[in-house]
Parts: sequence; C-alpha cells; structure tokens
Amino acid sequence: MPEKAKEKTYRLHLMVCAGTSCVSNHSNEIKTALVKEIKKHNLENEIMIVPTGCNGFCAKGPILVVQPGNVFYQQLAVKDIPYLVEEHFLKGRLVKKFMYTPPKEKTPIPILNDIPFFNQQVLIALRNRGLIDPEKIDDYIARGGYTALAKVLTSMTPVEVIKEITASGLRGRGGGGFPAGVKWETCRHAGEERGEERYVICNADEGDPGAFMDRSIVESDPHSVIEGMIIGAYAIGAHQGYVYIRKEYPLACEKLNIAIGQARQYGLLGENILESNHSFDIEIHRGAGAFVCGESTALMASLEGKAGVPRAKYIHTVEYGLWNRPSCLNNVETWANVPVIINKGAKWFTSIGTGDVTDNPWGGSKGTKVFSLTGKINNTGLIEVPMGITLREIIYNIGGGIEGGKKFKCVQTGGPSGGFLPERLLDLPVDFDSLTDAGSMMGSGGMIVGDEETCMVDMAKYFISFLQEESCGKCIPCREGLRCMLAILERITKGNGKEGDIEALNDLSKLMIQSSLCALGQSAPNPVLTSIKYFPEEYDRHIFDKKCPAGVCTALYEMDIVPELCPGCMVCARNCPAGAIRGEKQKPHVIDKSKCIKCDVCYSLCKFNAIKKS
Amino acid sequence: MAKLKVEDLEKIREQARKTTSIREGGEFRAKVNVHMGTCGIAAGARNIMKALLKEIEEKGVHDILLTNSGCAGLCSQEPMVTVEVAGQAPVKYVNLTEKKIQKIFEKHVLGGKIVKEYALGIGSEKTDY
Repeated sequence: MPEKAKEKTYRLHLMVCAGTSCVSNHSNEIKTALVKEIKKHNLENEIMIVPTGCNGFCAKGPILVVQPGNVFYQQLAVKDIPYLVEEHFLKGRLVKKFMYTPPKEKTPIPILNDIPFFNQQVLIALRNRGLIDPEKIDDYIARGGYTALAKVLTSMTPVEVIKEITASGLRGRGGGGFPAGVKWETCRHAGEERGEERYVICNADEGDPGAFMDRSIVESDPHSVIEGMIIGAYAIGAHQGYVYIRKEYPLACEKLNIAIGQARQYGLLGENILESNHSFDIEIHRGAGAFVCGESTALMASLEGKAGVPRAKYIHTVEYGLWNRPSCLNNVETWANVPVIINKGAKWFTSIGTGDVTDNPWGGSKGTKVFSLTGKINNTGLIEVPMGITLREIIYNIGGGIEGGKKFKCVQTGGPSGGFLPERLLDLPVDFDSLTDAGSMMGSGGMIVGDEETCMVDMAKYFISFLQEESCGKCIPCREGLRCMLAILERITKGNGKEGDIEALNDLSKLMIQSSLCALGQSAPNPVLTSIKYFPEEYDRHIFDKKCPAGVCTALYEMDIVPELCPGCMVCARNCPAGAIRGEKQKPHVIDKSKCIKCDVCYSLCKFNAIKKS
Repeated sequence: MAKLKVEDLEKIREQARKTTSIREGGEFRAKVNVHMGTCGIAAGARNIMKALLKEIEEKGVHDILLTNSGCAGLCSQEPMVTVEVAGQAPVKYVNLTEKKIQKIFEKHVLGGKIVKEYALGIGSEKTDY
C-alpha cells in the first residue's frame, strides 16, 4: 500500500445533504455557493465541504449539518449562503433563523441530536448517514467499515457466520420477513450437495410508491451493502453477486458503481480478498422499473434476460434460483445490517426488538427497521426505529403529528399491497407479526399517513389501480381479479355503487389470495380488505348515501359557501377557473353548482373557512 | 493500487480518522476557541486561527476541538483565545501573536500548563457548543 500524503486538518466540516430529495431542492447549487463564499473569505484551507447521502429529514431540505457541534441548518437557499458563511463559519455566531423550530414552538433547536425527529431513532442500517462522503471508501473505513469482513475472513468459518446471523434473528427487510440465517444455510447446503456454483443477489428494486429506504441506503452508504454481500457470499460459498437496481435511481446507481470500483481497487472485491481464499465480485444489473421484478423469481428471470414474470415457488430459489443454481436474495437493508451484527454480535442485536428468537428464528422481530414516512405528516423523511416501537410514537413523536393540526385517520404500511390501520390500532407495536395479524404488513417500509381529508375508498382505488397496472398478467386471478376490483371501486367513487359490491370485493379478495401465483396477487387485496374492515361506514356512505365524507370523490360532494362566515372578500370569485362564484363586495357569495368543477381552488384559498364540502 | 492486507485496512482507518473523527463529537482533550468578532478579525484573529490549524496539522494531534465564536467583549485586547483543557477551567489569552499562540498550544493545550504571562484570567462567557 503506497503511503498517502499527510491528511489535512480542517476546523469545520460542512455536511451538505446530497440525497435525491435535497438535490431536487437545489442542494448542489447550495454547495457551489458555499465553495464560492468560502473562497471569497479565504477559508478554503480551514473549512471542508462534504457531500453526504440522505440526512433523513427530507421535509426540511436542503439540509446542512456543521461539524463539530452537529449544528443543523434547514431549508437553505442560495441567497442565504453569504450571510451564513460570514456569520457562522467566519465569525462563529450561529444563525438561528436557519435552524429547526418544532411546530407550535418558538425557540429553535440548534443541535441535531436535540431535535425530536432524530433523537428517538436507533441507527444500524443508517449508521453512517450524514457522517461520510459515500464516494470515499476511506470515510467508510474510518467509521469501522470492512472490519467485520476482516473479522469473518480471519477468525470465523462460514458455518459460524451463518450461526451468528441465525442467532441474531435478522429477518428479511424487503417485506417477507424470512430469517436471513435460515436462507443462507439452505442455500449453502443446496450448493454443497449438488457441488454447484451459487449466487448472492441484492434486491434494490424498490418499487413501492412513496418508499425510498433502499435508495437512500445505497446513496448514502453503498459500502455497507457491499460489505454485507461479501460476508454473505463467504458464508454461502458464492463467488459472484448481483445487485438488481432500478434504472429510475440514477444517483444510487452512480454511487454504487463508484463504490464497487473502489472496493475492487482495494482488493476487497476480486480474487483472494484480504489475502484469504475467498474470491467474490459484484455486478450491477439495472432493472427497467417493473414493480413485479421486486418478487424474487421475477427478479431472477429478469436477471437472466428473460421477461420479468414470477413462477410458482414450490421450488425455492435458494435451491433452484438464478440459472437454476442455488441463489440467496436479500434486500438492501438486510445486507446493510450484516456487518454490524458480525461486529457487535448476535446477542447485542437481539437486545433490540420484540419476541424471542433463541429457538425459533420466526419467534420475534429483532433489530431496527427503516421507514419512509410520507403523507399528511409534518416531518416527512427517512427514519430508522427499533422494532416494537408503536405507530403512535412514530407518527406523533418522530413524525411531529398531522400536517395543519388536522385529525389522524389512517396509516398505510407495507407499500401498495399493505393495509390501512385506523386510529384505534395506533398503539400496535411495529414488528413483522403484529402488522400481519392486523391485516397489513411490514413490507419494505413505506408508511403513508392519511388525515380526515383522506377518502378510504379513493385510497384503496389508488393502490388497486397501481397494482393492476403492475400485474405481470401471467396468472388469471391477479390479472382479472385486479381489473374487476378496480372497476367496482371506480363505480363506487363515481356514485354508482350498489348493494352487493362489498360482498363482491370480499369474494374476489379471497379468490385472489388463494389462487394467485406470486405475492403480488396474494397480497394485492390488502388495501381493499383493510379499508372495508376498519372503515366500513365510509363504503356505506359512498354506496348508499352517495356521499364522500372526506370530500375527495368529486361526484359525491358539493361545494357550498356558509353565508354567516363569508365576508365577501371576492378572493374565491376572482380565482374560480369556472366562473362559478358570484357575489358583491362585502356580501356573502354563492356558488353556481351547475358550473362548479370541484377543483378545490376556492376551498384552499378561503381564509375564513366559509367554503364547505357537503 | 496493491491489494489490501488486514493490517493495511487498520492503517487506512487510522489515517482517515485523523480527518473524519471531528465529525463524531467524540472525546476531545482540549477545546480552543478563537474569538472572531469584527474586532478580533481586524486585530489579526484570522492569523491566529491559521497558526493553530498549522500546529494541529504539524503535531498530528486530532483530539483537539478548534472552534470560533463572536466577540468576547474585550475588544481592546484582541486577538483573544479561550483554551479549555478537558476537566479544567477555561483560560482566556489576550493580545495574541502567532508566536504567542504557538507557545500556548505547546505548553497549555498539549502540556496542560497555563502560560500565565499571556493569560487574562480564568473563566469564560457562555459559548454555543
């Protein structure tokens, strides 16, 4: 190893979030402005700018964290930078106006660790978020990266590695919750028995709407996934790995490519890794963005260059997977957990989470789970929480409650084929089994919150419409079942629902669950079933009263102006695109219902709450 | 680049940590705070800061927290620095030059002995960190 030049010392490190969300909020321009201002003040030898992966608090992007001190600045604009550089970085005065202030409070919180969004999280998969430059392998190594690999290669046999992972109770983070250790063992065994080459695969084909956990891990810490895969390959006896990542994630692909290149340069991928007998390399395969390719057999078919459709799974992929060889598929987050378990031990890992996995790997949910928190919630973003935390703690403590002080209605977990959970289940612990028992599922970690203005029938329709488009069409129950379901839901939301629709939906669901080929069709009815189970009155109002209580289904409500509340400010009349509002100045206005197109412009503009949906 | 051995990995880690450990808010043996108000900068605080960075780099010590803060209120005696060795009371130094700060860095920051002839007194105003 050649000697490196002496490391330069900087007194300040500016950790600029360069995750997809912040980049779309112009964080690259912020970075350019910082470089310019720092140069202007001749501070370039004192201050280092570090582009990091997703910080997590996406609602407040673009984000800048100043180290040392962990000072958190949010929602920065290019015009703010000259002031910030002069005040804080040159003169040492923290700038309060760029800090985070919790809703309903007045005092800003300067330090990241004191912000409720952050201080209740437990970071394992996201351990390096915001602390490293994902394009520098040395940054990852500085944080203890690749020490687990060294430990495994120098002091553990493959069987010992598998035992450790099994004992940790690590279950598949892609949604299935299958114990990783059991999978690895079966795969190793199948390969040894037949004397065949085996493969490890990383599933980065995150297709759920509103979910961005895997993307963020790959973007912010690609080496954690690579290290996990090398360890997995050693345990299973594989020499080739694949990362199946969707093409819609250009930034994640770029970071992963750079990381793989660096790992190869250091000899951490390739022949005889760290002078051991273990040789392994990784290839990236870009998926074309089909939701069904997240399913293991469809993913492997796509990897082989065939059409991405699933097959029946009575033959497991761990035995006959990619090119009919034993293949071990785990998702991004699962792989990212592996190095930490090796370093800190299974015993430590099992101290976090629920249940008991000593004798039964299905006996509990251990460790943490990453969720992307979205919907009608104040603190949208990426979070990692210990298993067993309640939905209420996530939504109110970390998520900061419902946007605009509105009332909570539902939380949807598990992606499009997960389910809706009502307010009375908010104290449900978040783990694999509790969520499944309630009719939803952990899924890969999407969490969408709905408020009083969310229509359950409309939400169910949205997810069924998504799934219907993404169904591969190979098996009839899924292909036709989803079409029938969508037709019924569309009819209901247009005011043409009829007696027997609920029963038809329930029957269709049962049929699809029992007879669909893969998990897509088997779990697709979840949004319909849970919305019927927990919100039956909303279906009844739509079908029998022809009303949408949330005011979402346009055919089922009317706009009205409450005369007592309307001061006649004319704002609604001036902005109505249909010219449906009439009235004189300082006198209550009236909506002409025959002209109203229900665009909600007046509803969102009225400052006096005078416009009602009925 | 040649392939790594297990020992190399450890070497890279130690080397890289010299730059990155400052991000993790670990244990620092001393905190050096340069007062960088307009008055401080006019009196030469920028050069004091540069001299300190040079010292840290040359001595290869990475557990020293170098920070800056605004005017301490005693503008006539700038440039000023507050040195706080872990577990000891903070000490303010006034009317500094690059030479003086070098001595303070060696004797007080690294050696733990207060350089009395440059010191104003013991104690500190409240700082942000």
